[in-house]
Amino acid sequence: MRGRGALSIRRILIANRGEIAVRIIRTAQALGLETVLAVSQADRDSLGARMADRALCIGPARPGESYLRVEAIVQAALGSGCDAIHPGYGFLAERADLARLCEQEGVIFIGPTAAQIEAVGDKLRARAEAIAADVPVVPGGPVESPAHAQALAQQIGAPLLIKAVGGGGGRGMKLVENLADLTAIMAMASAEAGAAFGDERVYLERYVAQGRHVEVQVLGDGQGNVIHLGERDCSVQRRYQKLIEETPAPYLPEAIRSAMHEAAVRFAARLDYRGAGTVEFLYDVAREQFYFLEMNARIQVEHPVTEMVTGIDLVAEQIAIANGAGLRRTQDDVRIDGAAIEIRVNAEDPARNFAPSPGTVSAVHWPAGAGIRVDTHIVDGAKIPPFYDSMVAKIIAHGPDRATALARLRAALRDTRIDGISTNIAFQADNLADPDFAHGGVDTGFLTRRAARATGD
Amino acid sequence: MSLTARDVEEIMKLLEASTFDRLSLELDGVKLELERGGSTAPRARREVAPAAPAPAATPAPTAAPAPAAAPASKPPSNREAGLVEITAPLLGIYYRAPKPGEAPFVEVGQRVDSETVIGIVEVMKLMNAVPAGVSGEVVEVLATNGELVEYGEVLMLVRPDAG
Repeated sequence: MRGRGALSIRRILIANRGEIAVRIIRTAQALGLETVLAVSQADRDSLGARMADRALCIGPARPGESYLRVEAIVQAALGSGCDAIHPGYGFLAERADLARLCEQEGVIFIGPTAAQIEAVGDKLRARAEAIAADVPVVPGGPVESPAHAQALAQQIGAPLLIKAVGGGGGRGMKLVENLADLTAIMAMASAEAGAAFGDERVYLERYVAQGRHVEVQVLGDGQGNVIHLGERDCSVQRRYQKLIEETPAPYLPEAIRSAMHEAAVRFAARLDYRGAGTVEFLYDVAREQFYFLEMNARIQVEHPVTEMVTGIDLVAEQIAIANGAGLRRTQDDVRIDGAAIEIRVNAEDPARNFAPSPGTVSAVHWPAGAGIRVDTHIVDGAKIPPFYDSMVAKIIAHGPDRATALARLRAALRDTRIDGISTNIAFQADNLADPDFAHGGVDTGFLTRRAARATGD
Repeated sequence: MSLTARDVEEIMKLLEASTFDRLSLELDGVKLELERGGSTAPRARREVAPAAPAPAATPAPTAAPAPAAAPASKPPSNREAGLVEITAPLLGIYYRAPKPGEAPFVEVGQRVDSETVIGIVEVMKLMNAVPAGVSGEVVEVLATNGELVEYGEVLMLVRPDAG
């Protein structure tokens, strides 16, 4: 049975590597679809390359010469008879030019449209879309003069941050705790920004002393219909890198939780969003308010916790939507069952300031048991090349409640052994054992405070 | 008019001698894109033991791909050299001839030098000329015209000049 509405995807090219390649192949195989994995020379013998029906070497190990080459990926799909491309996360997942080239060549891109990727990829544009969708954003804005800054600062309230327009990643920021100091600090910030970035422009933003990173999983059919699959709390971060994720977000007031879900749906619906996406929010604990941060137009690393509590295979839904099957579920069909927590296992050495630890895994033992899921590409003898991200696995535990999920996850970590490389597993076990984490609802300063305590501060 | 292998060679020499890195030529429906140094890594030039059976001639990419990546190693000149593989510098569609119906760039038995164009690899309509990278005699053509070749897939085997 062919034609509109019938399943038109038969063979998928997976333009990614590591655990997510394995993850996508598993669902594709369960759906009876053929898989072609694009690999770099360093990944020829990877688990994904062995599992896929076919592996195609697209270039040398360095991502710039393989996984990031849009033309090579599309050529590999066309040349191997694939009708669709799944980009995974990272690499080309949010590159509008891949989505656009797919559109031009008649290959189905399993993800949003190129225009949607562009709309959410530009921070200012995304913020404007959020405001238009009546989604709260962090109060603030650009300032033109000291007088204008004073007026804006009154609206925002103290404390606030002065940020350099040309800065980023935490650089070029100054904290104003008392609005009386605003003019002096702004003059200094502006001069410093000019010297550091060649751009004196600054903007003001509300400072959230105690914030939590909470994000909402959405699915859109591309026609304006959007549902959400609950939220994830990803506040345990080290240098903006997520390390532990869970759902539901503990101790989030129910009114906030619902408002956040609805805001995420409004934002995605405004874009006629197609596929799986995540709307990220900063939750201001003291003010009990949340603000839009950004939208991630892809499947996310931490998607398994959502799958565990909803029973919905997000990759299967991505493929269904790409096939034009729509959402297949109403909001009322989505039920949250219990709680799930995930830790990321990184090949890095906490004792050496988390330096990457590439190498060969001589032996590995992954945990199993009730509620335990492991997403990984690491098997005995697996090589971890130095060219890519250090994440090698995700261990996820599900339970009827958070305490059970946490106990299962802690037991699972004790049962995990990876020989031949350094990993952060012991570090993660310590994080899970922290009384604050066990209680639940920690903010993004959690790991910084733990590190300060460890050094006897 | 059409481009012959010799023409392409001449054009490549001109590019080599020029100060340009990239040349795009379109005439008579033929589009030729040449890049010096290239955005791709230098092609690995590997020695093949003469006794070793060559990989299957059919492009069966599901089968084990080319041997493990060996960094480019020049055959030692003081002992008898084995056959040298000419590998695909990038993934794409391989063409033996400049145009359908025309004579291939090179035939078995033909002599090549390192600049000789032995084929084209097309990536999304961009034609990449593949130079032999070795001087010697073409012994076998392994890749199939018009088929997808992987990065590093062996296109031809060359018996290098003694020396």
